[in-house]
Formats: sequence, C-alpha cells, structure tokens
Amino acid sequence: MNDQRIRTLHLYLACAAFCLIMPTMAHAHVEQGQAAGFLTGFEHPWSGLDHILAMIAVGLWGAQLGNPAIWVLPIAFPMMMALGGMMGLLGIPVPGVEAGIAVSAIILGLVVLLDIRPNLVIAALLVGFFAIFHGHAHGTELPPGQSGLLYSMGFVIGTGCLHGVGIMIGLIHRYQVGKFLLRGAGAFITVMGCLFLWQAVA
Amino acid sequence: MIRLLKQKAGFAAAGLVGCLLFLPTAAPAHLVTTGLGPVYDGIGHLVLTPEDLVPTLALALYCGLRGARTSRYAVFLLPLAWFLGGLIGTMSGLEPAYPLSAASFLLLGILVAADIALPLPVVAPLTVLIGLMHGFLNGLVLKSGPGIAGLLGIMGALFVLVTLATAVVVSLEKPWTRIVVRVLGSWIAASGMLMAGWHLQGAL
Repeated sequence: MNDQRIRTLHLYLACAAFCLIMPTMAHAHVEQGQAAGFLTGFEHPWSGLDHILAMIAVGLWGAQLGNPAIWVLPIAFPMMMALGGMMGLLGIPVPGVEAGIAVSAIILGLVVLLDIRPNLVIAALLVGFFAIFHGHAHGTELPPGQSGLLYSMGFVIGTGCLHGVGIMIGLIHRYQVGKFLLRGAGAFITVMGCLFLWQAVA
Repeated sequence: MIRLLKQKAGFAAAGLVGCLLFLPTAAPAHLVTTGLGPVYDGIGHLVLTPEDLVPTLALALYCGLRGARTSRYAVFLLPLAWFLGGLIGTMSGLEPAYPLSAASFLLLGILVAADIALPLPVVAPLTVLIGLMHGFLNGLVLKSGPGIAGLLGIMGALFVLVTLATAVVVSLEKPWTRIVVRVLGSWIAASGMLMAGWHLQGAL
C-alpha cells in the first residue's frame, strides 16, 4: 500500500471518528411509546381467539346479508365497542363480560350457520350489543408508558381489519358452494363459542 | 515558507470548524424539533401529533363527501382559522391541554360515518370552529418553541393536506369507495370515544 492510500485511509478513519464523537441534540421530555402504543392496540384484537372469531363472524354475517348490512355492521361494531371501552375506563361495570364475549361468538356463529336475515336495525343492535362486551374487556388494557390515543386507534383499526377479513371470506357467498362453506364457518364459530363459554363459566 | 503558513492556516481553520461543531445545541422541552428551523418544526408538529392530524383528515374527508364547493371553502378556511387560533394561543397564558381534541374526533367521525348532509352555511362555521380550537391548542404549545413561524408551517401543511385529502374523496365515484371513507369515519369516532374515556379516567 502506498503512502497516498494510507493517508486517504487515515482521513476516512478520522472523519468516521469525528462523526461518532459529535454531540447529538438533547431532547428533553420527548414523547415516548407512541409507535408502541399503536402497535400494541393493533395487535390486541388479534391476540385472543374469542375476539378474532366474533369479529370475523360480524364480517361474515355482513357479507351474507349483503348491502347495506355489509358496511353498516362494521361501522356499528367499532362505535359500540368504543362505548364499551369508555364504560370500562369510567369504571362502569358490565356483568359477565367473558361470558358475553363467548355468547357473542355462539350467537353470531349461529346467525351465519342458519343464514338468519333479520331487519337491518335488529342486526345492527345485536352486533352493537355484543360489541360492548368486547370493548369493555379489551379496549382498556393499555400497557404503562404508552399513548392511550394511539393504543385506541390501533385497537379500533385492528378490529376493523378483522371485520375486513370476515367480509373478504364472506364474499364466497355469491357461489353455491361458498354458501355451504360460509354456513360451515358459522358452525365452527358456534362450536368454538361454546368452548369459550365453558372456559368462562368453569 | 508560504507553504508552511498555508498549512498552519488550514489547521487553524479546521480547529475552528471543529470547535463550532462541538458546541452544544439547544435542548427543547416537550416539542419534537426537526433541526430544520421553526417552519419545519411546525409542519413536524402537525404531522406527528395525531390529536391534530386525525381531526384535520376527518374534516377533509367530510368536506370531500359534501363535494367540491364545500371542499374549496375548507381548503382556505381551516388553515386561516387555525393560524388565527394559534395567534390567540401564543398570546394566552393557559397551559397546554388536549381534552377538546376528543370532541373533534367524535363529532367529525360521526359526521363522516353517518354521511350527514349539512349545508355549507353550517359546514363553514364548523370548519372555522375546529380550526380556531386546534390552532389555539397548538399556539399554547408552540409559544415556547417555534412560535408564529411554526404556525405558518402548520398553515402551509394544512393547506396541502386538506387539498390532497378532499381532492381524493371528491374524485371517488364508485359507491364502495365512499363506504370505505365512512368506515374510516367510524374508526375516528370510535377512537374519539375511547380518547374521551382516557381523559375522563384521568380526571376522575
């Protein structure tokens, strides 16, 4: 290696060392836990099978009922779920929350299985009623140090994505075989709901 | 001789630059700074503060659903009202607080989700009210940092954001795309309800 190359190498090393010892800006009280709050909230609905199956059942039922239920139910659910979460935050008790979540899976699975087509208002009220239990149980579990707003946004968006999954699966309803498969999915959700109820009560 | 002098001058200049680079920089409290000046700090504040960003987008979604005429008003009214509110906030002696943002989330989210067709004489004052309120809250925070220059940055960012978001929504033609916007509104309203819960929990 000639002198020129050695000098160049030294220059690079000096520059690198210089960059490493540069003082960085000192931010006092910078907000922390922002991204973590959103991710925790987003992950939360996906972490419990009872919640996942009930959310997907809402999407399946919406797809089975068709327009306008396909979008009314996924709009009604997060609003009522947030109301349940607010009740939980204010310390307003809801009796039998875990059993209510399990029953929601049973009932929503049954309506998909039996292809029940009630009035839109009744369908929205039924879905909204069960949403309160889900919100009360899961909407308030904020880990310490994380942003409550971003946790809430993540939680709502995560739930909405699960509805979206249910709707996408439910689109098979347009095919004859798909109708049977959809009802089979309803049966599976009902059976799982019974299992959750057994666990909640036992 | 001349070469030696040049070498010494070079070392002196390098030393001076090194000293300048090693000078400690400012330690701003409570505000995220971009390091690019107060105008960009204002833009950064808007973009990184969901309490302000989400209601702005919700208002843009709502105005977009109402059509191009309402959107044109929003594009100009919101930044101006925000700036005016910010000026009042910078002159105020109140402490920064955010519980009012939950009301914006809830109100605008419900308006978008339900697609309530309010007339322009109602939407325009509502836009001004939202702008004044959020601008005021921003002014309370920004007075200890970027100040009025930061408000100018926010105003510019608002203009761009509202223009882009309303343009996207106005251009939606297929029914399902408008439904997607309404679903977004329901998510915003739900987040606002939970946000109100967190505030009330802290207050109780």
